[in-house]
Amino acid sequence: MPFTLPALPYAPDKLEPHIDKQTMEIHHGKHHNAYVTNLNKALEAAPNLANLSIEELLADKASKVPEAQRQAVINNGGGHANHSLFWVTLGGNGGEPTGKLGDAIKSTFGGFAQLKEKMEDAGVKRFGSGWSWLVQKGGKLEICSTANQDSPIMTGDVPLFGIDVWEHAYYLKYQNRRPDYLKAIWNVVNWDEVAKRFK
Amino acid sequence: MTDFSRRNFLVTGAAAGAALLLLNGRGSSLLADAKHELPKLPYAFDALEPHIDAKTMEIHHGKHHAAYVKNLNQLIEDHRIENLPLEQLLANNAKKISGDFKGTFINNAGGHHNHTLFWSTLAPNAGGEPKGELADAIKSTFTDYAKFKETMTLAGMTQFGSGWAWLVKKPDGKLEVYSTANQDSPLMKGDKPLFGIDVWEHAYYLKYQNLRKNYIDAIWNVVNWDEVGKLYAAK
Repeated sequence: MPFTLPALPYAPDKLEPHIDKQTMEIHHGKHHNAYVTNLNKALEAAPNLANLSIEELLADKASKVPEAQRQAVINNGGGHANHSLFWVTLGGNGGEPTGKLGDAIKSTFGGFAQLKEKMEDAGVKRFGSGWSWLVQKGGKLEICSTANQDSPIMTGDVPLFGIDVWEHAYYLKYQNRRPDYLKAIWNVVNWDEVAKRFK
Repeated sequence: MTDFSRRNFLVTGAAAGAALLLLNGRGSSLLADAKHELPKLPYAFDALEPHIDAKTMEIHHGKHHAAYVKNLNQLIEDHRIENLPLEQLLANNAKKISGDFKGTFINNAGGHHNHTLFWSTLAPNAGGEPKGELADAIKSTFTDYAKFKETMTLAGMTQFGSGWAWLVKKPDGKLEVYSTANQDSPLMKGDKPLFGIDVWEHAYYLKYQNLRKNYIDAIWNVVNWDEVGKLYAAK
């Protein structure tokens, strides 16, 4: 069952001025699209995996995937999972998380400001390409980063919100100024969507 | 080719050296305060147009490479790293560097070395094909120049995420092509980098966006084969 590129839940200029329209178009239509295409291509060589969900494919460092296809599935399957979450957890009005998630952020990190600081720091410190993550790990909230398209799903964690720090995510507007992009993205987080994933 | 030891005053010159002496309140040797320097670009920002755009050259050199140099100098100061050439500090997977900052050292020392080589092996009105000894070696290793380009292009295309594609000279003198991740340098494996293609997205995104292949195809127009040939021939 081939994977498909999900439609952006909003127009590509919805996140302006924080994330520019051209970046959204290319990021979704070219980069994410390529991950989907290449994921399906990699899975052609492993037809017995055809009915697995992306979570099942990535679980346990993609152990279900034959070694010959494993890295391609990690790269492209991770890319597909990561970006699918990215689009739906953006497009909001920013602000602060409330309810159960808001409380957990307060008790775990001290408050929303501390969450932002830690997640921005994780994003700045991720050398090369990767993601900064807010995850649920064994019930608890945690912040971490991964390299390339590695997904927290691979290590049994639940990704709640990820910030793409591959240069393609911000270079057209921010160039080398990754910290400025990290500061800006909080303006467009959809906390309702993030909260849905927090159990 | 720029000497990578900290005792390098080719760029800073005697005047800056005197300034260091004046500013050094600790009274230690002048040479102990020598730092790594961002080398000047050997050509104008727009010299490699249209293949590599001026804005990218300006930011790539003045921001990205400059940051590697700044961070490297800070690490050297903070951890009192030996005043040795980067080739030695990076050798054997940076064996001489121990501590939890080893990875950061590799990132910034590799970044500085890689980019310094990059600027010097690109040039305006260049491209074409290598000549002499290097051309012969390319023929005998890869069959011909076209096959070599194909091999190096593939290395650049298949490096997932950030990294470099490399043409290197191995310790036994043979040529090889491979890619490394992030700012890892062939020096770490004891190889001599001759020419590298930066495939970090910052190297091409403003002009090429996701089209990394088009960037790699274009860069062959600005390779300074004379400089690469010199590096190959040097002992």
